[in-house]
Amino acid sequence: MLTEVNQRKARGRLGRDVQSKIGQQLRAMYDNVVNEGVPDRFNEMLRQLDEQKGAEETSKPEKGVN
Amino acid sequence: MLDPTLRDQMLSAVPSLRAFAISLSGNVDRADDLVQETLLRAIANIESFQPGTNMSAWLFTILRNLFRSEYRKRRREVEDTDGSYAESLKSHPEQSSRLEFNEFKVALGKLPPDQREALILVGASGFSYEEAAAICECAVGTIKSRVNRARNRLADLLAIEGADDFGPDHATRAILAAGGRG
Repeated sequence: MLTEVNQRKARGRLGRDVQSKIGQQLRAMYDNVVNEGVPDRFNEMLRQLDEQKGAEETSKPEKGVN
Repeated sequence: MLDPTLRDQMLSAVPSLRAFAISLSGNVDRADDLVQETLLRAIANIESFQPGTNMSAWLFTILRNLFRSEYRKRRREVEDTDGSYAESLKSHPEQSSRLEFNEFKVALGKLPPDQREALILVGASGFSYEEAAAICECAVGTIKSRVNRARNRLADLLAIEGADDFGPDHATRAILAAGGRG
């Protein structure tokens, strides 16, 4: 039926609008966090691990075998 | 010692890992702990990372698994309410409409975790359906259907009938828009 077809068309068009609106909100929310960059604690943590590992490797040159 | 290239790859994945962790856990502090634990796991298991493959996807997989096991443990202790989820994500007033944005976050928090993570991986993190399926350890079709269900559910929750009709309460939005700017 014609009306049904039209309704379906309308829904399809609406669907795209809704999807793009949802997509925008989702990315805005996500990007707010991404834009905060890398908090210092993570840089610091990796740096400390590097130092720690470096020290371990000098004191224990051979790795234990399990 | 950690290879500097791998280390840089890890660090550059941190911002999106945090965004993913916050959307999973709904809590910034927990999310940062989750990211930290993910990096520690990754470093401890760096031999199992294949150079040249997607570091970010690998880290997302680790984070998701950590969250899953933690979630199972915690779920009996703490029930996160819709309110606290939205609360943890708020801030950033530079939105076209803050109310609308908060409604969106509340609605997102109401999605089942499977659907929420699928929607975020594909719709926000920019992973392909295939990558998202690998991260969630499920079939590509499963991811597609979760994403679809998530979108439909969000549209229902937000009672969207059109692009200009985002959010159920026009009157309140109109008042905020009139009074909130300038």
